[in-house]
Amino acid sequence: MATEIKRPSTGAIQGAFHDGTTPRTGPDSIHPPLDHVDVGAGTISATVAPPSVGDEGLPHETLREMYRLVALARAVDERMWQVNRAGRAPFAVSGQGHEAAQIGAAFALDRSKDIVLPYYRDLALSLAFGLTASDLMMSVLAKAGDPASGARQMPAHYGSARLRIVTASSPVSTQLPHATGTAYAAKLRGTGQVSLACFGEGGSSKGDFHEACNFAGIHKLPVIFFCENNRYAISVPQNLQMAIDNVADRAAGYGFPGVVVDGTDLLAVHQVVKAAADRARRGEGPTLVEAKVYRFTPHTSDDDDRTYRSPEEVKAWRARDPLALFEARLREVGALDDETLTEIKGRIKSEVNEATEAAEQAPFPDPTTFDRHVYAER
Amino acid sequence: MPVMTYREALKSAMVAEMERDESVVMLGEDIGIYGGTHLITDGLFERFGPKRIIDTPIAEGGFTGAAIGMAMAGLRPIVEMMTWNFSFLAADQIIQNAAKLRYFSGGQVTVPLVIRGPNGGGVQLSAQHTHSLEGFYGHFPGLKVVSPVTPHDVKGMMLTAIRDPNPVIFLEAGALYGTKGEVPEGDFAVPFGEARVAREGRDISLIAYGRQVNMVLKIADKLAAEEGVEAEVIDLRSIRPFDEGTILESVRKTNRAVVVQEQWRYYSVASEVAALIQEQAFDHLDAPVERVSGEEVPAPYARNLEVAAFPSEQQILDAAHRALYRKV
Repeated sequence: MATEIKRPSTGAIQGAFHDGTTPRTGPDSIHPPLDHVDVGAGTISATVAPPSVGDEGLPHETLREMYRLVALARAVDERMWQVNRAGRAPFAVSGQGHEAAQIGAAFALDRSKDIVLPYYRDLALSLAFGLTASDLMMSVLAKAGDPASGARQMPAHYGSARLRIVTASSPVSTQLPHATGTAYAAKLRGTGQVSLACFGEGGSSKGDFHEACNFAGIHKLPVIFFCENNRYAISVPQNLQMAIDNVADRAAGYGFPGVVVDGTDLLAVHQVVKAAADRARRGEGPTLVEAKVYRFTPHTSDDDDRTYRSPEEVKAWRARDPLALFEARLREVGALDDETLTEIKGRIKSEVNEATEAAEQAPFPDPTTFDRHVYAER
Repeated sequence: MPVMTYREALKSAMVAEMERDESVVMLGEDIGIYGGTHLITDGLFERFGPKRIIDTPIAEGGFTGAAIGMAMAGLRPIVEMMTWNFSFLAADQIIQNAAKLRYFSGGQVTVPLVIRGPNGGGVQLSAQHTHSLEGFYGHFPGLKVVSPVTPHDVKGMMLTAIRDPNPVIFLEAGALYGTKGEVPEGDFAVPFGEARVAREGRDISLIAYGRQVNMVLKIADKLAAEEGVEAEVIDLRSIRPFDEGTILESVRKTNRAVVVQEQWRYYSVASEVAALIQEQAFDHLDAPVERVSGEEVPAPYARNLEVAAFPSEQQILDAAHRALYRKV
């Protein structure tokens, strides 16, 4: 049986955003409630990023492109679940609720040269780095056209050598040491590339996280550790995963900054990751960025999240849907109006329909190729 | 031909490749100013500097993972495991990542990575420093696994390993670092997947790898001198890819085989060799294939216990006699 779950307390600041000076609770809260569990007190050393303001000086064209990618990611994600529930795809794992954080991070990088090491929730990030809706549907439906592996690996293990998206393993966090390696190579060769490696708060419990942060700190590597803290590692809530409020607090132990940011605030994440990327390019080393998000879906299509969280809780979080929040913001700053929105949504709908259609028509891998790519030929 | 120790030959290959190819870097514990706990990297820090000779924290998974990232980004890292026994800490990175990244990228990603270090026992370091991991790593598609025993081969196979675009598990005969042998000058990469006929013979095939090859060669000499039996000795040296042809050719000639290994018998290389022979040379066999393996205990510390746990010359001789239907 699931243990009793504490509900969000309206108006209370969540400890996660405590910066050491702002009260944890009460009317002076810097953010609306994001947490529902009492996490440990601990020493708070991470910086808390302020909420974004207005359009943060970004061109409205860029803002609209960000919005399009958040909305496209959501639409592809929903479609993945539909084809799974219709029995046409064996598996789906998604990133609904994480999209704004991922797009904020992606746009803070140089998408023409930087390296990303996503984890399985990084659908939006992967789209921003150049994968297409069609690519993703090919993966979901296990078609030969899956750009990551030709349908050898499960879906959501995003990868493309051409787009510098480095595929990760299913056991979590192994991509974090890989990121120290790609960053080391970039530093050794002076390419100016930054590596951004993503993981969940659950993944931060693994030795890979510690060993990667430690190595990156020692060598001041151009790497950003991007934690998408969605409160649950499958079913295990944060307070059973760690005794501290913020994963980002751990950065202090590795000799580099940790920053906590509201992951539903796309432009705030963008600011934070931009600063981290600039710092990396200046040769000052890694940054641990923790974006506080919420996972709207079960862990995967094989999970029933009603055993460990209530529908009311999910509903309360959906009220802070980053897609809706960003849409509202763009309307507010005049970057989006009804007409543009209708146009974008229409385009996404056709794109996802066409992608699904194309993937469903596409061939499965040729079974005689099952043993290709085990070894590289000279 | 110059004579070198196994250690010198190994180092000379790595130095040559680091001189030739600036993408070759090295990572490991104590490999820098200290020169490596087995002195394999002695002098390399001074020669190549701290950017290419990277002293790591004690974190095998972390630095093996870093090396995988480096390899994916175009470097050619060589990871030193202080001993192969510590590689269990990095097993997830080696087995789940290095070995599978190419397959799971549909061929887009290569991991030109060498992981090397001393393997096997015989130097009284007890069970947590003593494993023979040929069978363990040889099990996984995506890895190449080699086990050179001569100074010649350790150099030639290291040259091949560094140039190979796949992850290579390079299992050194740790007890033999100080042994000497002839090593040619210059570039003589020894290809993987080719066993070495260490001694030609017609009466029985003695098949081994690693330090057991030297024991088997002694037995072969003894059999020739005392009994007029000409044993053929096969040094497998490449575990994956595996040279089936040389084994089969030998057994089809001698009709008898003894396979010797330091590792445990169950699910081992010797079992694989025996299975291969019965599958493909059954009609040529005049006797059952014999296996001589380590005893089924963790390797003990005391010298006499350790000796008891590993294959002895007497056991190999007895096995040969059984296969020859001679009185044991």
